[in-house]
Amino acid sequence: MALAWSRVVPRAAGAGSPLLLVSGAAAGLLTLLAVVGPWLTPYEADATDVLAASQGPGAQHWLGTDSLGRDILSRALAGARLSFAGPALVVLISAVLGTALALFSAWHGGWVDRACNRLLNVMFAVPGILVAVLSSAVFGAGFWAPVLALGLVYAPYMARVVRSVAVRERHRGYVESLQLAGMSPLRIGLRHLLPNVFPILLAQATYGFGTALADFAAVSFLGLGIQPPEAEWGVMVAEGRSELLDGAVQQSLVAGTLIVVTVVAFNVLGAQLAGGRR
Amino acid sequence: MSSLLAVRELYVKVADRVLVDGVSVTVGAAESVGLVGESGSGKSLTIKAAMRLLPRGLKASGEIVFDGQDVLTSSRKELARYRAGDVGLIHQDPRAHINPSRTIGQFVTEGVVDTGQMTAAQAREAACALMRDVGIGDAERRMHQYPHQLSGGLLQRVMIVAALLPGPRLIFADEPTTALDVTVQSEVMAILLEQIQDQGRSLLFVTHDLDLAAAVTDRLAVMYAGTIVETGRSEELCARPLHPYTAGLLRSRPSTTQVRRLEAIPGRPIAAYEVGTGCPFSGRCAFTEDRCRIERPARRELEGREVACHRAEELRECVS
Amino acid sequence: MRRTIGAVSGALATIVAASFVIYAGLSVAPGDPVARILGPRATDEARAAVRAQLGLDDPLLERYWHWLTAALQGDLGRSLTYRQEVAGLLGPRLETTLMLVAMAASLVLVVGVAVGVAGGVARRGRPVVAGLVALGVAVPSFVAANLLIGVFAVQLGWFPTYGAGDGFWDKMWHLTLPAVALSIGYGAYVAQLTSAAVEEESGKEYVETSRGRGIPAGIIVRRHVLRNAALPVLTASGLAVAGLVSGTLIVEQAFGVDGIGALLVQSVSSKDYDVVTAVSLLIVIVFVVMTTMIDVVQVALDPRERAGT
Repeated sequence: MALAWSRVVPRAAGAGSPLLLVSGAAAGLLTLLAVVGPWLTPYEADATDVLAASQGPGAQHWLGTDSLGRDILSRALAGARLSFAGPALVVLISAVLGTALALFSAWHGGWVDRACNRLLNVMFAVPGILVAVLSSAVFGAGFWAPVLALGLVYAPYMARVVRSVAVRERHRGYVESLQLAGMSPLRIGLRHLLPNVFPILLAQATYGFGTALADFAAVSFLGLGIQPPEAEWGVMVAEGRSELLDGAVQQSLVAGTLIVVTVVAFNVLGAQLAGGRR
Repeated sequence: MSSLLAVRELYVKVADRVLVDGVSVTVGAAESVGLVGESGSGKSLTIKAAMRLLPRGLKASGEIVFDGQDVLTSSRKELARYRAGDVGLIHQDPRAHINPSRTIGQFVTEGVVDTGQMTAAQAREAACALMRDVGIGDAERRMHQYPHQLSGGLLQRVMIVAALLPGPRLIFADEPTTALDVTVQSEVMAILLEQIQDQGRSLLFVTHDLDLAAAVTDRLAVMYAGTIVETGRSEELCARPLHPYTAGLLRSRPSTTQVRRLEAIPGRPIAAYEVGTGCPFSGRCAFTEDRCRIERPARRELEGREVACHRAEELRECVS
Repeated sequence: MRRTIGAVSGALATIVAASFVIYAGLSVAPGDPVARILGPRATDEARAAVRAQLGLDDPLLERYWHWLTAALQGDLGRSLTYRQEVAGLLGPRLETTLMLVAMAASLVLVVGVAVGVAGGVARRGRPVVAGLVALGVAVPSFVAANLLIGVFAVQLGWFPTYGAGDGFWDKMWHLTLPAVALSIGYGAYVAQLTSAAVEEESGKEYVETSRGRGIPAGIIVRRHVLRNAALPVLTASGLAVAGLVSGTLIVEQAFGVDGIGALLVQSVSSKDYDVVTAVSLLIVIVFVVMTTMIDVVQVALDPRERAGT
């Protein structure tokens, strides 16, 4: 891991773009918030207070309250954890699946590679949100159904970028000499191919995280992911939806802004890490 | 002799890097001039500057006068007229320079039709006639074909036809045969020359091939690191080079009559912005002395030619 | 021609495979359809009879085959919630959804391509377009939905907050905000790809050739740049329109539009699996047909492909 980082950071620093710094700082800050957020809440995230329902921003409740009188700032902070944990797992699953598939297909080449490519092309054609919804139908609504489904749907995107690098590295002389020296394919893959693949994988994973966060929140918004009264940003948008008619915009606004800002930060950071290649 | 095209003290810079370093070259009416140098010497940039086709970010300064009009300061309208009718440009790689999704006919005629010089019907007729002149059989059929259906040699003839169709007085040819198969190079070159000489057009011919340039041009200008190091009548310059770089180029080409080891010029060619205070060639020249490293030699007349070398007189006998 | 046949047979194979995966997946999903039909107090004999009638004890492949042959004859099963034939449920909802998708697609194509071309051609406009695109790609439709409802329906009162309306114009009025919400993400995607394609084509050598022949810039852009950028733009647009169809799941739910997207989500919630199977397969079919069409049109547009295989 340390080795791989040292490969990424100098190149990124070499780009030296202000966009990289700003998006990196924003993504880092938001991630930190997701980790420690639940401990920073001024109120219990699910403590209702009907007397203080649907208040606008004020001294008591900085970002106002929802229709049950719950503190929106507390819910946003507490909800950050689930909102981030879902897409983080999605990215992890898809990275592992995608990398394994890509390394496998790049290593074997020939018809295996072609077959894998076909499979990827079919998988690209599958709409992610549909799979996530169907997954909730099969496994029941909750955290895991959309996470597993999206992890599978995102795997081809990971596999594509990893495969291009892996195919290139595969044909370098050093791989062949390692093979001749009797090193097993698995070891060569893990020890030598993976570190070369890592920078581009990290860029793709960062980019994918933003999209995964939006998709995960969408499933919760539909009522098929995280279930209320649990706090999560997609759930908050859904709850904010019904409050809109009473003119209470604060919950929609806070949760929506958090989602958009997070997606922009991770998208831009991913594009910057990829060297503007996306 | 008044010249049709006069390039004077042309500089091309990107940011603060010099790519073309004070080039001056003239082309007279019905004259063929060769601009010879290795890649990166700035010869193609000179042509691009003369057509105001420099890539974005590159700035040209100096003077480029065509028939009394400065190209670098001309208005958009004047520039369009100049490009459309006065000059024609033949590119190195016809496959990249012709839109693959349009037919040959559309490509050949669009220049004269869109600039209002001919109607579509006139253009087709003229194009077919010209295509037959340059040896393209069944011109009518070719007009309906797409670039990928034609060989490289045929495609370059199409490019020549396209450049000649408006009847330009000056043709810029940027390595017109380099991208072609060896077997068709001389044929395409001969067709180009025939069209230029028969119609009394002028030619500015850019190439890295000194022999070829000498064979087809009246005068030669040899470029190194963005600057012209020697000019002269083609046959004289090849027979008796005055600049050590010209001599080196002549020695490094293969002979057709005897087998011998080629003498490569040591070192690598440098770009204009890498040149220090001295002579650009001083790093690779066998005759370098202290003065060459400190003081940049100016171009001066010698034996009716121009050469930029401090030691041209004394080396007259040894370099050739 | 060979590529076209390959694309079409690949599409058919994908649809059949998808139908099996969906059917098999949902057959192991929780929920007991027999209890739904008979209610909790049914006798064991009655339950067994219904199970046999529904063929629930047959092997999976056999059940799938029955379902497939029935589906091909237009029998998509019955909805447990609506107590109605699934095919009958789909008709009017499909009309609404198609209208929504058509409106969103027009927005994506017109606005997305226009913004992209502007960004690709006008160098000075590029940062603005890049900023718009980065924001547009990042705004999920359900977040946009809340914003649009809050501003244009509740505050300004220009549009309804809920429902799909009746009659053509009323429907269009109702579907305007949903179409906007649906089109933002894909519009930005199309704009991004268009602008990149136009920028790339502008740098091609043959564009320089045309400039060198004194051809006016407007003609060069139209005839060379836009014409040659059309292929990637078309591909992106096709994918975007295909994506819009699955996007209706979210947007219809957000705006309370009773199209097939909302029907699917509600049926998943109510475990109405015949409906889920039919609707999700319908979405897959639309998606696959769109992507196949892109493939075929691509071949038709490129003279090199056309003449080749």
